Amino acid sequence: MQLIACPWCGPREEVEFHYGGQAHVPYPESPAELSDEEWAHYVFFRDNPKGRFAERWNHSAGCRRWFNAIRDTATYRFESVYRLDEPKPVTP
Amino acid sequence: MAELLRTHPLEGWRTAFERLPDTVRIAVEPFVAMVDVRLGTVGAEASAALGVDLPTAPNTWVPAGTGRAVWLGPDEWLLSSTTETPEELEARVRAAVVGLGGSATDVSAQRIGLRLTGARVRDVLAKGCSIDLHPRVFGRGSSAQTALGQAGVVLLALSDAADDVLVLVRSSFAGYLADWLLDAALEFTSTPND
Ligand SMILES: [Zn+2]
Repeated sequence: MQLIACPWCGPREEVEFHYGGQAHVPYPESPAELSDEEWAHYVFFRDNPKGRFAERWNHSAGCRRWFNAIRDTATYRFESVYRLDEPKPVTP
Repeated sequence: MAELLRTHPLEGWRTAFERLPDTVRIAVEPFVAMVDVRLGTVGAEASAALGVDLPTAPNTWVPAGTGRAVWLGPDEWLLSSTTETPEELEARVRAAVVGLGGSATDVSAQRIGLRLTGARVRDVLAKGCSIDLHPRVFGRGSSAQTALGQAGVVLLALSDAADDVLVLVRSSFAGYLADWLLDAALEFTSTPND
């Protein structure tokens, strides 16, 4: 089974984790001014790249913390994991 | 008024546990008071107020008075006490951390403890637990929140030889886990024909 490295607990089996979708989707600065279409984009529209993707993950069966990961959607390889208070790593 | 007696969820498993060999002993721990602590920053002030240095290294536990302080997250710990009532422990811990912006919640009824001792404990646990329990990496003071079988557990290493492990499991999963452990220990149990 694939191992995912929790930034806190270290490598654990994939089944201990929950997927949380795309990372770094900022909450709208002035939500009251958004049109329905802009809301829909914020709530439902996500990138769907083939290759590197910054995602949110939750170590639900362990420490229950959220963290971010850069994962390759084509190979499923985790390139890096980082805490929520750490910046998105610059990938070459 | 009729008094409600608290019964242990593993009352019915006692005889089965007693039949286990010395290489895999399972003892049901008595109820202890447990409090979940949330605290942003751990400093000297918190240690002084609580009387224990909360462990900041993930997957560790330290003795705390008559009980233990277990790391559950970067801002979360499980404190236990064998001499205080749940109410006393919660009140004491809350008084210590609330001024520092923390919180304390009594979770004594959430989990029960099963103490596994014997030379085969690691083999039994390895049947349903994916993390490395070798004494080299899981010596006394180590802990792990993970899954054992299908149940979420907190494992605490009480010895340096991986032959003494405390398993904390949610009360409602205790029966399932007890059955699972008995099944996992089956190959180490001698039958009357042996
Ligand atoms: Zn974790």
